[in-house]
Amino acid sequence: MIRDITLGQYYAADSPVHRLDSRVKIAGVLLYIADLFIVDDFIGFGLCAAALCLYVVLSQVPVKFIMRGLKPILLILIMTFCLNIFMVDGRILWQWGFLKVTDEGIYTAVFMAVRLILLIIASSLLTLTTKPIELTDGIEKLMSPLAKIGVPAHDIAMTMSIALRFIPMLLEETDKIMKAQQARGADFESGNILRRAKSLIPILVPLFVSSFRIAQDLAMAMEARCYRGGKGRTRMKEMRLKGVDFLAFFLMLAFLAVVISERVVF
Amino acid sequence: MSIQVRGLKHVYSPGLPDEQLALDNINFDIYDGETVAVVGHTGSGKSTLVQHLNGLLKPTEGTITVGGVEITAPGTSMLEVRRRVGLVFQYPEYQLFEETVAADVAFGPKNLGLSEDEVNSRVRDAIEIVGLDYDEIKDRSPFELSGGQKRRVAIAGVIAMKPQVLILDEPTAGLDPGAHRDILDMIEEIKEISGNITIFVSHNMADVAALADKVMVMDKGRLLMMGTPREVFAQKDRLKEAGLSVPPVTELMAELKEKGAEVDDTILSLKEAEEEIYRFLTRNR
Repeated sequence: MIRDITLGQYYAADSPVHRLDSRVKIAGVLLYIADLFIVDDFIGFGLCAAALCLYVVLSQVPVKFIMRGLKPILLILIMTFCLNIFMVDGRILWQWGFLKVTDEGIYTAVFMAVRLILLIIASSLLTLTTKPIELTDGIEKLMSPLAKIGVPAHDIAMTMSIALRFIPMLLEETDKIMKAQQARGADFESGNILRRAKSLIPILVPLFVSSFRIAQDLAMAMEARCYRGGKGRTRMKEMRLKGVDFLAFFLMLAFLAVVISERVVF
Repeated sequence: MSIQVRGLKHVYSPGLPDEQLALDNINFDIYDGETVAVVGHTGSGKSTLVQHLNGLLKPTEGTITVGGVEITAPGTSMLEVRRRVGLVFQYPEYQLFEETVAADVAFGPKNLGLSEDEVNSRVRDAIEIVGLDYDEIKDRSPFELSGGQKRRVAIAGVIAMKPQVLILDEPTAGLDPGAHRDILDMIEEIKEISGNITIFVSHNMADVAALADKVMVMDKGRLLMMGTPREVFAQKDRLKEAGLSVPPVTELMAELKEKGAEVDDTILSLKEAEEEIYRFLTRNR
């Protein structure tokens, strides 16, 4: 189960998407999210899904890998689906006690589920195709205009990249601790909610201690290499937008225009 | 009590792009009272192998029988497996979580559903076996102990479950030479007291030569060789292929032999080396 979580993971490949400038990819995800919220019918979603499929194919990330990333959020998906299907008013199709299913409800439920799935695939593709370091550089560059009004752009970017870096590490640590406590006969699966919550203590305490230890080691390693924030810091690889980056960005904007006109027309 | 492993195979993430064959057709037997060392390069499958022995990982194929019970059969009680086979992980001190040392050591026995008296006596015994003073340490927080002490407490937590097979995954990793020696002495002592099977994973060939009755050499998920330390360390070239070495003293004797001294190069301990060199120096008198 823990191995299934692909959030914040990088899939190494040499595809056009991987080579794209991270700023363009970040902008692309933001634009795509905007697209998804502009769309108000299934024709629009069809367009969005087609665009995403094209992007996935170009990225060379195996579909299986992406689907595995969806598994952990299945619960949230099912919950929103159920909430929508039962809570939205409309023409009643089926009723049992206070539970009723309406045509509007089904429509909204499917609509929201599709939106959520596309949203998650698109954002997980960003981290799957962009190395964390490129991602942070991109965020920092995009926020650099804000630095002039006192926003600590570099620090925010660094914090984010460290957080991303910590996700797989902490998952691995959790897996290790769980196994170690299981070896001592711990049982996480049976018993009532109270018992189960209590059985988490032997995992959470060591995990907490470990994360402080890892954080401290990291801080020490950064200080040992004279890290003192972003001021005056130069880069080994300067980020430069190439022709293909402009082309990709133009295509993304064009797609936004298509989505807007689709909404206006239909 | 003996262990039989037949055709053991383990695949991580089957059917996915990061699919990885971690263990491939492993077969071996371990008999009662034996101390077995598992050696191998990083990523050779040592940890995966030992995690199978107490049911934490399920084999993709193959069977494991411990003391006549097939632990890989469906429906086997995992608690029963863990009572028989105790596993001490790498850096076990990172798993301590209770407020006091005694409470932490009691975690395992309590999970076995033992009576309070039994738990208390086991905790006392286990803490004494690992060479700590029960009365002095029982009420202290495990987090305020030294590195070596923490590791002993963590090992006591497994010993208190009285396993018939004790597995230690790199028990001396990251310890200073003094604590390293202490832990090795402790392992020997535990073995003498219990007379059970002890399996340990190690990178230190001198430790392996000193402690083990048998050595298992893992390479890329396969069991490359298994035999007595003398048999295994005689095959220096094959070990080298697997990214491993022989104990320093064996290496020394091999180099002496290369330089033209007619000495036996299957020496495993300093004492043997001393005798052999003495024999060589006095042979013509």
